Amino acid sequence: MDEILARLQPIFRDVLDDPSLVVTAESSARTIEQWDSLAHISIVSAIEQEFKVRFALGELETLNNVGEMIGLMEKKLRG
Amino acid sequence: MTRRFEYPFDLAVMLRRRKAIRAELSAQTQLLDVRLAVLGGSTTNELRDFLELFLLASGIRPIFYESEYAKYEEEVLLDDARLRAFAPQIALIHTTWVNARFPGPFSNSETVASAARSEFGRFEAIWIKLINDIGCTVIQNNFDEPRHRSLGSIDAVACYGYSSFLRQLNADFAAAARQRPRLLINDISHLAAVVGLDAWHDPTYWLNYKLAVSPAATVTLAHQLAAIIRGIFGKSRKVLVLDLDNTLWGGVIGDDGVDGLRLGKETPEGEAYTAFQEYCLELKRRGILLAVCSKNDPLIAREGFSHPDTVLQLTDFAAFKANWNPKHEAIAEIAHELNLGLDSFVFVDDNPAEREIVAAQLPVVAVPNMGSDPSRYIELLDRQLYFEPVGISAEDLQRAGFYVANVERNLEQATFADYGAFLDSLAMKAVVAPFHDTYMDRITQLTNKSNQFNLTTRRYTIGELEAIRADPSAVTLYARLSDKFGDNGIVSLAIGKLNASDLEIDLWLMSCRVLKRDLEHLMLDELVARALTRGATALVGRYRPTAKNRMVSDHYAKLGFGLVTEHPDGRTDWRLPLNTEYQKRCTHIKDVIRG
Repeated sequence: MDEILARLQPIFRDVLDDPSLVVTAESSARTIEQWDSLAHISIVSAIEQEFKVRFALGELETLNNVGEMIGLMEKKLRG
Repeated sequence: MTRRFEYPFDLAVMLRRRKAIRAELSAQTQLLDVRLAVLGGSTTNELRDFLELFLLASGIRPIFYESEYAKYEEEVLLDDARLRAFAPQIALIHTTWVNARFPGPFSNSETVASAARSEFGRFEAIWIKLINDIGCTVIQNNFDEPRHRSLGSIDAVACYGYSSFLRQLNADFAAAARQRPRLLINDISHLAAVVGLDAWHDPTYWLNYKLAVSPAATVTLAHQLAAIIRGIFGKSRKVLVLDLDNTLWGGVIGDDGVDGLRLGKETPEGEAYTAFQEYCLELKRRGILLAVCSKNDPLIAREGFSHPDTVLQLTDFAAFKANWNPKHEAIAEIAHELNLGLDSFVFVDDNPAEREIVAAQLPVVAVPNMGSDPSRYIELLDRQLYFEPVGISAEDLQRAGFYVANVERNLEQATFADYGAFLDSLAMKAVVAPFHDTYMDRITQLTNKSNQFNLTTRRYTIGELEAIRADPSAVTLYARLSDKFGDNGIVSLAIGKLNASDLEIDLWLMSCRVLKRDLEHLMLDELVARALTRGATALVGRYRPTAKNRMVSDHYAKLGFGLVTEHPDGRTDWRLPLNTEYQKRCTHIKDVIRG
């Protein structure tokens, strides 16, 4: 969990262009102002490129926050 | 910084750091503003983001118009107020196979042909409106192909197959582009093949976000579009500087001798170098200048071109530097000899240390990482899209000849003590006439790529130039110069506009290959003659400084204009009162045809 979060942190900072942004397991598009629908595409594509994972259709829509996304990624990376 | 914009791209960095890169690039000065309408058949935000990065890296700052999602057709043909008000210089129609309207499966050939005609007509109507009415240049994607084919290979055979139908439309688009100089095709059919259809399309991104091209492939797409746009504004590169040992042939000629070089069809390695030479020769044939820059003994280096399997000949090179000086110095000398800016140069060398020093010392020169495997040289140079032509003009095909003729002229000049006598010996002939239909492409090209001898560096689209041509208060002039060594083609332009009794010169430019040939005097004489005919009593000239046009800062002073205003930003305004006593300045161009 922590290891993935540590790698996600700079991705979120880069994509949202906010060097002081702190992302936690509880963060979500509701709590991070710049995380709009356009930024969402950039975040997803950057994460897929960085971790070499693919999110299937509908997978991301069921998640409530970054912590749940990390849970999904852990499953994929173990896969 | 520019490394980032070189093939192969670091997709992870591009995808996530785009905002920071954008901020960094936007801080540059001397950017050319370009008004660009992106008319999308699918979501275009990603494309816009990456296109902006590649354009900024090329010195172009795009100002974007984006159509509403998939409203590319409506916003041009029906509800065009917003687009019209935006006044784009370039419209990019980003459509892909998902936008094509296919004939039904198993349609007969008449139905398919009629569907193809109707689909072509739908796009043609958009182009005509954009080109003739909105007045912009159009970049139209051709079609990529779907990832699936329910008919298998028959899909490319049966007339109703997806692939068959799209390939037919692509051929029709290409034919239309050959007819219309202001319609340019962005060949995504090729690009999708290079990327691979499985990476080009991503069904998840299509279903979630309506992105017809995957985000990673969009980076490559933006690169190709930026190359076309660079070409439109004359920013494509023009000179390829080549190292010799292990670049044009295998081995070191100083050690191995001509006979020891690996070149020719006998070995796989030799064949790779031969193929690379053939690729360079193709570039030369379409107007790219080739030059050699090698650390070598000058005589020994030349011997390499006596190898029985050499494709390139010594006469293919517009400049040849073989010595022991640092390469960045030799390249700067080549730029000086050819009278071309270093930003139009590409330097190819297998040696990473040489590449490094040239890149560091001459940051505007493109220095691709060629690796050291000759079998990949063509790919690594070709994929950079440095030399993207917008169209191949007759001038392009002759350009290498112009420069070779210049070398002969320089030799001759050395034998004359008096420069005037040299000019007379050239037996120069000029044609000076208002802008003419036949030459509008070349004229547009010149206004967009002349940097050095250019008083105002105003850039024009062909639409703007057509409008000026039609304006009764405008005076337009082009000059064509030939001499006993050959024809230089169209090399100088001027645009004047009558304002009360002044003729204001909005544009005056000249190709540097005819510098100091008395042509600037002929242009002045012709401007004066035409100003007097129109009843003007003064010529008004303006100089607008850029990073590259300092050579003409005293142009008007040298021609006898009086300084009127010196602006704080370095611009200067000049005035030459006219009367019928005007003495012609041009004395060495004796054969002038006036139109």
